[in-house]
Amino acid sequence: MDNSAKNLFAKLGLDVRLLGMIAALVIIWIVFGIFTDGRFLSPRNFFNVSVQTASVAVMATGMVFVIVTRNIDLSVGSMLGFIGMTVAALQVQWLPQVLGLGHWSIWIIAAFFAIFMGAVLGAFQGWIIGYLTVPAFIVTLGGFLVYRGAMWWVTQGQTQAPLDPNFRLLGGGAEGTLGETVSWIFGLVASVAAVVLMLLSRRNKSSHGFTVKPVWAEGILMGIAVGLIMCFVWIMNSYPVPKGAIKRITKSQGVEYVEGMGWDHGVAIPVVILLIVALVMTIIARRSRFGRYVYATGGNPEAAELSGINTRLLTVKVFALMGALTGIASIIASARLNAVDVGLGTLDELRVIAAAVIGGTALSGGAGTIYGAVIGALIMQSLQSGMASVGVDAPLQNIVVGIVLVFAVWVDIVYRRRTGA
Amino acid sequence: MDKQTPLVEMRDMHIAFGGIKAVDHVSVNLYPGEVVGLLGHNGAGKSTLIKILSGAYAADGGEIFVNGEKATINNPRDARRYNIETIYQTLALADNLDAASNLFLGRELTTPMGMVDDDAMEAECRKIMGRLNPNFQKFSEPVSALSGGQRQSVAIARAVYFNAKILIMDEPTAALGPHETQMVSELIQQLKSEGIGIFLISHDIHDVMELCDRASVMKNGQLVGTVDVNDVTDDDLLSMIILGKRPENVNVDA
Repeated sequence: MDNSAKNLFAKLGLDVRLLGMIAALVIIWIVFGIFTDGRFLSPRNFFNVSVQTASVAVMATGMVFVIVTRNIDLSVGSMLGFIGMTVAALQVQWLPQVLGLGHWSIWIIAAFFAIFMGAVLGAFQGWIIGYLTVPAFIVTLGGFLVYRGAMWWVTQGQTQAPLDPNFRLLGGGAEGTLGETVSWIFGLVASVAAVVLMLLSRRNKSSHGFTVKPVWAEGILMGIAVGLIMCFVWIMNSYPVPKGAIKRITKSQGVEYVEGMGWDHGVAIPVVILLIVALVMTIIARRSRFGRYVYATGGNPEAAELSGINTRLLTVKVFALMGALTGIASIIASARLNAVDVGLGTLDELRVIAAAVIGGTALSGGAGTIYGAVIGALIMQSLQSGMASVGVDAPLQNIVVGIVLVFAVWVDIVYRRRTGA
Repeated sequence: MDKQTPLVEMRDMHIAFGGIKAVDHVSVNLYPGEVVGLLGHNGAGKSTLIKILSGAYAADGGEIFVNGEKATINNPRDARRYNIETIYQTLALADNLDAASNLFLGRELTTPMGMVDDDAMEAECRKIMGRLNPNFQKFSEPVSALSGGQRQSVAIARAVYFNAKILIMDEPTAALGPHETQMVSELIQQLKSEGIGIFLISHDIHDVMELCDRASVMKNGQLVGTVDVNDVTDDDLLSMIILGKRPENVNVDA
């Protein structure tokens, strides 16, 4: 990169690593776009990729904290399956008996139960790791087997379907979106929030007399942020709901279907969940004491301990948070498929770890960002969807994803060495 | 000075690691405005003794008194509550965080919303670094990017910022050049005049003779003795460290 470009990025305060990941993502999209005669770049495909990314990306944000504190969680895929199966059985078998089939509160109870169950399972693993000092690798490897087995016991291996109709909306699909109007409102609110946050940060910095970015740089950044948000909403709002689904929806609402009736998807609900999770996790990472302690412990566990941080309890909290996020991911994954079989979540732990690591989380601890993990998940999903739509068969897909993972980490190591970070 | 209540008194401290008596029934004390040097070979038990006081290790036995009252120190948070601050030999900095985050680690300034207030912390950090090390400019970089002396000044700033009454310095000048060592000496004189008591762990006899009022010498986990540095020569201290021999004709507390 020549110096003037470097200068520009420095003035904008943009992270080179972030730009690298975005560049990789754009290249993947363009290449697959060419190979599929543009099908890959259609609103329909972007919508599908966004929905398919959500579950893994939600977990990847939690995996960042786990890896930053020098731990690993191999159990998230199995835990997702166990939670998914339990919650599916809850809404298919148990709750309808108590409340009656299709009761309005079933989806709320199911969703809260999923998150709670994940937090408890995670906290228990964290307690074994933090207080009994069994290595995280072993504890979560055990969890990986235990949860997959426990999942079978919940229903003796029976697939649970169909799920509660309201619960299903959390997984996306034709019904599970914000719809066009609300999507535009969502985009506007997000844009205003982004601009306000940037202005507040600027005011706070200058009130302490620190140097702030030049006004033009701040303006460009705001323009980029707002542009990306609105562009995303626009793409999602350009994907029409298929005729079959429209007939189904009008029928269920008791409206008569008229030829020519139609609307677009808008932003999918799981994507909204992902964006909220990513925002909250970023605030926790950057602005909460807990987040600060997570990074301090990853950078130097001894120093964190000597500074009065209870690193054992911190481990419990980190794994409980990972579990809660796995609960959320489990809601998205099971709702999207509208069924839970004993295979749900298989290999997800590796996708989640790969997403976090591709996103720049260092396995040596102390470094990693939430947005990186989300982009990492998006890169992985884009690769897989792209290869599927080009017609690459499954074994070769795995080979390519495996090679990309190793390559991405090597590039990251070289980058760190060069910048001394 | 003898009639005052000691700022800290550690009585009969002992701790063993797997059968090795790292600190073997040692008693030391410290008065306000006093610098007590802790001397001894590597492995003599100085750092271990001090880590009991700073809360890093839990003692197997012994009592600690702060201002004449019995103190319970089970972890570093307890020690901080008694205004005991420590500059560790390893500095104990989180390398991936910036200077301000390290300065306030475990005691972050927060906004009314309970969020970490990085800008306020950086402002405070700039103030104290302006006093301690005016050349210090790297506020937004992680401390891994700093030189040895700069890192040391961050560790010192952390100990001094929070109104320490009792300061523990474990080899504070080991990583420093002559100019920075001089700055640390001046800082010790200044803190002393503010009535702060300092335990100074050092290998360097000249440092101890110059900066300390008294010196406690340890060998193999035991206290050889505590002497007034004005009563002894360099050679007396050396023979205490190496041979464990108390000087004759000198008043030695043991």
